[in-house]
Amino acid sequence: MIDLALAYLRDRPLTTALNVLLLAISTAMLILLLQFSSQVRDRFERDVQGVDLVVGAKGSPLQLILSSLFHIDQPTGNIPLESLDMLRNDPAIARAVPLALGDNFRGYRIVGTDHSFAGLYDLQLAQGAHFDRPMQAVLGADVAAQTGATLGQKFIGSHGFATDEDGAQGHEHAVFETVGILRPSGTVADRLILVSYQSVWDVHGIAHDGDDFLSVEADHADTRHDHDDHAHDDGDHDVSHRVAGNGDKGAQANRLSTSQDVSRGGLLQGASRAPGPGPEPELTAILVTYRNASAAVRVPAMIDRQTQMQAAVPAIETARLLGLLGASFEGLRIFAWLLAMTGGLAIFVALLNMARARESDLALLRVMGASRMQVFATVILEGVITALLGALAGWLGAHALLSLARANFPSLAEMGLSAWGPLAGEAALILAVLAIGTVAAFVPALRVYRLDPAHLLARG
Amino acid sequence: MQLAVRDISVSFGARRALKDVTFTVPSQGRALLLGPSGSGKSTLLNTICGLQRPDQGEVQLGEHHLVGPDGLAGADQIRRGYMGIIFQTLRLISALDVRKNLLLAQRLQNGASDPDLVDATLARLGLGDKAQARPFELSQGEAQRAAIARALVVSPAILIADEPTSALDHANTQIVAQLLIEAAETAGASLLIATHDERLMPFFERRIDLVDGRVSA
Repeated sequence: MIDLALAYLRDRPLTTALNVLLLAISTAMLILLLQFSSQVRDRFERDVQGVDLVVGAKGSPLQLILSSLFHIDQPTGNIPLESLDMLRNDPAIARAVPLALGDNFRGYRIVGTDHSFAGLYDLQLAQGAHFDRPMQAVLGADVAAQTGATLGQKFIGSHGFATDEDGAQGHEHAVFETVGILRPSGTVADRLILVSYQSVWDVHGIAHDGDDFLSVEADHADTRHDHDDHAHDDGDHDVSHRVAGNGDKGAQANRLSTSQDVSRGGLLQGASRAPGPGPEPELTAILVTYRNASAAVRVPAMIDRQTQMQAAVPAIETARLLGLLGASFEGLRIFAWLLAMTGGLAIFVALLNMARARESDLALLRVMGASRMQVFATVILEGVITALLGALAGWLGAHALLSLARANFPSLAEMGLSAWGPLAGEAALILAVLAIGTVAAFVPALRVYRLDPAHLLARG
Repeated sequence: MQLAVRDISVSFGARRALKDVTFTVPSQGRALLLGPSGSGKSTLLNTICGLQRPDQGEVQLGEHHLVGPDGLAGADQIRRGYMGIIFQTLRLISALDVRKNLLLAQRLQNGASDPDLVDATLARLGLGDKAQARPFELSQGEAQRAAIARALVVSPAILIADEPTSALDHANTQIVAQLLIEAAETAGASLLIATHDERLMPFFERRIDLVDGRVSA
């Protein structure tokens, strides 16, 4: 009966192909929506975990969360270094993790922080050690995998956050050394390069003192240079962006103007303040974990009223963002289900027409000894096979699109979007599409079931 | 197997199509059911094949009741297991090629197919080179032979044909009649042909005349 159903489908290839296409498009849309919404939600939940508050420069709270927690937007600006001590001295705060942003290496953000960052995400080392000196870097698992970096390799960061950012400039005077590679954590840390925040200051020529390892090695001494040494406004020289000892594989020419530095915020702002007495050491943001629930009321209010900083609550901003995304997703989801229903209707019409046109064939089947149930099953199988082909083509198409999108849109890769990871919901979705095919085939199959071969034979 | 038809009557509303039809075709016997159009031949064949429920009477093939006290219960199974049926217009499944039609007929009969028997039957009926052809690619004569082949590959106990020569010229009528007789003899099957074509009379040892739904003497 399966052979016969397949033969009938092959017998009208255009109709079959159109029905399969309709179902494939709707399935692909539904799977894309499922993947996007699920992965974005999971990603946000994982990255937000353990962070009760993000403190940063005034501006959009959503932008602050996106830039400091998910590392997918530009920072809102800088905040004074003293704010870190202020927060760490607050008894209601269990942990305050400093962040100093502004550079990237091959599109992976270089995050200046301290060892509390590893504690926040429970990061484990796969190789090497955590940084404990300036210009030492610990690479996230994805960074190491994608760049092929190994322990001991050296690299130079570039201004900005994207590999192709216009005017991005390399810090050729400041070479990082890879001292550790993290195990995959399933968090944003997989796609980050962790260094001490003092190193970020050093790279940008910001003088500082008084911290655990502030003294810069002799070969980095010139990083305390006047910022004009690598002023971002000349824009005339090409700079390389490469892993030392790894050839020029990652070489790229970037330029960056001072005005762009300012508009982008982050430590680039501080770095562009020369000439003058020199920029002050600053941070981009601080990730805060409360010690107790009462802090949730007092600390944000205190920051918003008594400082020039803003306090953004990740749970609120994430919910707002997911709400906005959710509304769009919901609209698309309804459209996709309508498309799937249209596919079902097309199958219904095609099978109903088929049942009429093929009455003599079906009567012959009955004459040859096929039972009513076997003839009924033949038509149902046609609906199910069409739906199955549509669902599988849709599944494959959706994941191929995800893979293509991930390869072509770095922001999706930065979000940690996985292209081929199946979700439990996908099986349910495919079953639902199969159900549509079955239901669509039911009425034509019933018509065939009730077929009276004697009547057809009498008709000739 | 002997086919026994006893007291079959069929009505369509007020119109009586068959009335008290009774006859037998002995095991491996050959009979011609002869009658003009509208005499009830097709209704009788449908009833014999278990496709038409009669108002009364019974049809028995060997010891199996196709139509009887339990109505048509089991008719599908008996038709599948013991009958090879050839209709004038319903010859082959349109979506399958000739060979696959024959294989499907075998699978419907016992759940398995015998490709060797299919190929041998096609060759015997001169259709070896048409095995992969679709029904619409066959001539009238080829289609009729393919339908005979389909009826034969299930090794039937009785071969039943409805107007197998109506669309054929004299030469092809002779060929098809010979084929049916040879096929029935080879399979050891009984043969019953319903027709209005009197050209077939010389080939049959027994004739049953049907006039206005009754068997005439």
